[in-house]
Amino acid sequence: MSAAAGVAGRPAADPSGTGAAGRASRAVRGYAPAVLVAAGGLVAWELVIRVANLNSFILPAPSAIIAALVENWNGVRFPLWQSAQNTIIEAVGGFLIGTTAGVVVAFLAARWGGMRALLLPLAVAANAIPIIAFAPLFNTWFGLLNPLSKMMMAAVLSFFPVMANVTRGLAGVDPAQLELMRSYAAPQGTVLRKVRIPNALPYFFTALKLASTLSLIGAIVAEYFGGQGSVLGRMIVQSASALKFDITWAAVSLAAIAGITFYLVIAAIERVAIPWHASSRSEG
Amino acid sequence: MAGSADSAPIVHISGVDKVFAGREGGRTTALSAIDLDIRPGEFVSLIGPSGCGKSTLLRVIGDLVQPTRGSVQVNGKSAEQARRDRDYGMVFQAPVLFDWRSVEDNVKLPLEILGKDKAWRAKRAKEMLELVELGEFTKHMPYQLSGGMQQRVAIARALSFEPRILLMDEPFGALDEMTRERMNDEVLRIWGQTGTTVVFVTHSIPEAVYLSSRVVVMSARPGRITRVVDIDLPRPRSDASRETPRYFELITEVREALRAGGGDVDDAGTPSAARTLAEGAVG
Repeated sequence: MSAAAGVAGRPAADPSGTGAAGRASRAVRGYAPAVLVAAGGLVAWELVIRVANLNSFILPAPSAIIAALVENWNGVRFPLWQSAQNTIIEAVGGFLIGTTAGVVVAFLAARWGGMRALLLPLAVAANAIPIIAFAPLFNTWFGLLNPLSKMMMAAVLSFFPVMANVTRGLAGVDPAQLELMRSYAAPQGTVLRKVRIPNALPYFFTALKLASTLSLIGAIVAEYFGGQGSVLGRMIVQSASALKFDITWAAVSLAAIAGITFYLVIAAIERVAIPWHASSRSEG
Repeated sequence: MAGSADSAPIVHISGVDKVFAGREGGRTTALSAIDLDIRPGEFVSLIGPSGCGKSTLLRVIGDLVQPTRGSVQVNGKSAEQARRDRDYGMVFQAPVLFDWRSVEDNVKLPLEILGKDKAWRAKRAKEMLELVELGEFTKHMPYQLSGGMQQRVAIARALSFEPRILLMDEPFGALDEMTRERMNDEVLRIWGQTGTTVVFVTHSIPEAVYLSSRVVVMSARPGRITRVVDIDLPRPRSDASRETPRYFELITEVREALRAGGGDVDDAGTPSAARTLAEGAVG
């Protein structure tokens, strides 16, 4: 900790400082190298396929994948856009169910130490189970053709990181902060609102980012085991078995774009919600 | 500012023992037979070697740790009642600021808990931050401040609700010598302006002598009070006080009292009370 007088950090909270334009251009500069590398990778990929004359069976060129994507966007046999929407609904629905349940259980666990002692080891054990292996069972329980069976898989996968992280955030408060609150004779409810919940927010957002990825994985893998036709998981399985790998790749690309978008949306909310946290001020 | 010798004590500690139960069934006597009276408006320092229980004694006064035996009376009330009446302002070695609150909102926190209205909170926070000379930094976030500035915010926060007693646990232990001396002057100035009673834990002899009305010297294992040294340096104190022969005599007196108690002065120990709380909270 520097003892020098003066402002040690960057004046990120300075209201008169760099505006949105400055921040945007800094963001562009920040992401530029990654975008360039990704673009370079795609060009290299395209070139390698063309030069080596690889069979699209092994790896289609990016141009072929884009063509398949455009061609089947509103396709009859492979309606990619409709499928992406249905899968996203399953993933987001499951994410919301799992996250809500995770937060509720975390609050209960943080409130009652006995419950925490009971739940956390169980949660750790349950989290070690490859839950995805239950997908066929979920289809039986919630209905093969009912999107709820995919949603529940996404929900269960989202539940554990949210519950474990939020519990940790609510319970793992700096003991000195609790001593301070005790010296103010602050009631437990006040400690919860003013210390535990804000303390848990960074943990919560870390968990949400994990859950966003996991919910999409849960939904798509659950779809592999059957269900309604127009979903990305079915598109991937059916196009692959029909040896239409360019469509498989197109569907996988859509899933990737959906996952990245989901993650970025949460990261953006995080930046607005907890600007004071180190993860939100890693500029420059 | 120091209370006259005949006024009733604001803190009356009698026969306090504190025994911590160790991990393997062992027991550590942190405090043994502590008797101490602190008068209103006094500046009392607790000094002693690592493990002498000075931080524990501070926490017993503030009702953050329960004594095993004996009693603590504050203004004729129990320590618990005094805590419930918000008689204590606490400052720890770490600033313990809340990252998600601006400097100003950190100072307002105790006022929110006390249910003060919004206008008063804003007025008080402004006054207190001006008192610690951080009037320009109200909207800053804690991470944007240096260690010394953060500690000043913590002091402003502790004073914001006008507690009768300020309990400071090695507040400047983490600061460099230059900053520490500046902060010492600042604390003296604030003490002079507010008239609060201060109990100040430190392991620095010069700091204790420079600041205090009385220095309470403690020894370790078990933690006992071995000597109370009256500091009769005239006030107001300044850099010039640090160059007077009397200052050096008093430093020598405290040092010899510490040696007689059989302790090295260096103290890096974490107060066991904080550990106990940590275990209870994290589970």
